[in-house]
Amino acid sequence: MLHITSGRTVLTVDSLQVTYGGAVEAVRGVSMEVPDGAVVAVLGSNGAGKSTLLRTISGTLRLHKGRVDAGSVRFGDLDLTRRDAGQIVRAGVVQVPEGRRIFGRLTVEENLRAGGMGNRDRGAKAKAVARVHDLFPVLRERAAQRAGLLSGGEQQMLAIGRALMASPRLLLLDEPSLGLAPRVIGQIGEVVAEINRQGTAVLLVEQNATMALGVADRAYVLDVGKVSLSGDARELAQTDEVQRLYLGHTGDAPEQRTDRAPLRSLSRWTA
Amino acid sequence: MTQFLSLLLNGISLGAIYALIALGFVIIFKASEVVSFTHGSLLLLGAYTIARLSDSLGFLPAVLVGVLVTAVAAILVERFIINRLRGAPVISLAIVTIGVDIILLTELIRQIGPDILNVPHPWGGDSVRIGGVGISENRLIAMGVAGVLIIAFFVAFKYSSWGVAMRASAEDGEAAALMGIRQGRVSALAWVVAGVLAAVAALFLVGAPTPGVSAAAYTVALRAFPAAILGGLDSTGGALVGGLLIGITEAMAAGYQDQLSFLGRGFGEVAPYVVMIIVLLVRPSGLFGTKELTRV
Repeated sequence: MLHITSGRTVLTVDSLQVTYGGAVEAVRGVSMEVPDGAVVAVLGSNGAGKSTLLRTISGTLRLHKGRVDAGSVRFGDLDLTRRDAGQIVRAGVVQVPEGRRIFGRLTVEENLRAGGMGNRDRGAKAKAVARVHDLFPVLRERAAQRAGLLSGGEQQMLAIGRALMASPRLLLLDEPSLGLAPRVIGQIGEVVAEINRQGTAVLLVEQNATMALGVADRAYVLDVGKVSLSGDARELAQTDEVQRLYLGHTGDAPEQRTDRAPLRSLSRWTA
Repeated sequence: MTQFLSLLLNGISLGAIYALIALGFVIIFKASEVVSFTHGSLLLLGAYTIARLSDSLGFLPAVLVGVLVTAVAAILVERFIINRLRGAPVISLAIVTIGVDIILLTELIRQIGPDILNVPHPWGGDSVRIGGVGISENRLIAMGVAGVLIIAFFVAFKYSSWGVAMRASAEDGEAAALMGIRQGRVSALAWVVAGVLAAVAALFLVGAPTPGVSAAAYTVALRAFPAAILGGLDSTGGALVGGLLIGITEAMAAGYQDQLSFLGRGFGEVAPYVVMIIVLLVRPSGLFGTKELTRV
């Protein structure tokens, strides 16, 4: 799309194969690319290998007893395969985990502080706080509140804000729409688009294809650990397969195709 | 009344020492998800080192070395054993720490022998009277030092980066890892802090009215376990309250043992465990513990 600033690739996944417990093959030869400054969506049903892909990129596969058997993950010139999570965060790749996983017993401010732990540069940290407060004014208002008391949508905002505290160049989002009301999902889509406009590349893993294809430039469809479809997000949204499986359409109603949700003011978040 | 106040004051000072030990126990549990039974022998190691080196180095340097040795021993246990067994069942880890404890304790007892090693505290074993209430100088200083350390600990736990990282990774290890928080480092630091607190506690535990360092110091240290458990294993505030409660209970039970003689002599020594059992019967996860965490 328009805001792709260079022809460079930030993330390259090459013929990746991942197994759990030495037996269960979760990802079977996946290759994909995230161009610099782009939003890339990964669609797929439960068990398609979406979360495994993200765990591999973010270095948390080990915590789930998973192993990379073959292939590689590169971030620019840096090989991320089998690096630990801390190194990957410092390199500039940060994941927002599925189900938000905010620290409910910590305050909102402490959550953001925890998010900035991988960011040693004080100047960058101050900039990150300003950016997060700007994107989500509600997080400034609730700074001293226990994070567990926030609403679901606010918790997702906090989870995204927490990840932005590390000043990532590539943001990984694992099902940010999970368990949220349709109106809130639309807002998440806007936030993702805004974060991307500010210069952060995004890899968005979603079951909610409407939202994902609305904000993404490119998309990949995963099916049982393999890429079954890939291409321009808008073109992909037109295909019969995606219409049928992920957009819930019968395939003969192209005028209903999902478009990018109309941009509403982000100030809604103050409500 | 004077007797009651005197026992209360002595109980609080003893409790403050227990609280130091219990705090270490709790942060190790929070950071490494291990119920560490090595704490008793680490404490004895600190006491032994201080006693051994006091003559040659002088008291203060000996204390510093003792604290250092204990902290280093703690981090070695963490790095070479606990960290390598990350992800092992909680029960296995607990048993492993018992094994380490027995090895360390056996060696220390062999070193100490049948003697009681004297620690030449610069403050004597004299009693001080505060408005008719008597307390040993050692216990009075212990109360002050423990108070300062406990406050410093809680301030650091609440406001420092280490505190935030520690609480974050205790709540959700994977999410913390995704934020770039290095759990290994958080855990190692928790063991160091616990080691330091145990060594300071040791310094005062072997002073008046206790005669000095002997294998018996180990059993005294063990009373910090019920303190940590009745406060709630994952609660730092609980460790403080638990420590004080155990200290006061022990002092009272010992002080009123004539009135309690129907329970047999030396009831003071078992009273902490009785209190722990009663508290746990009413509140199975301790006074301030989180239910999910203490169920493991």
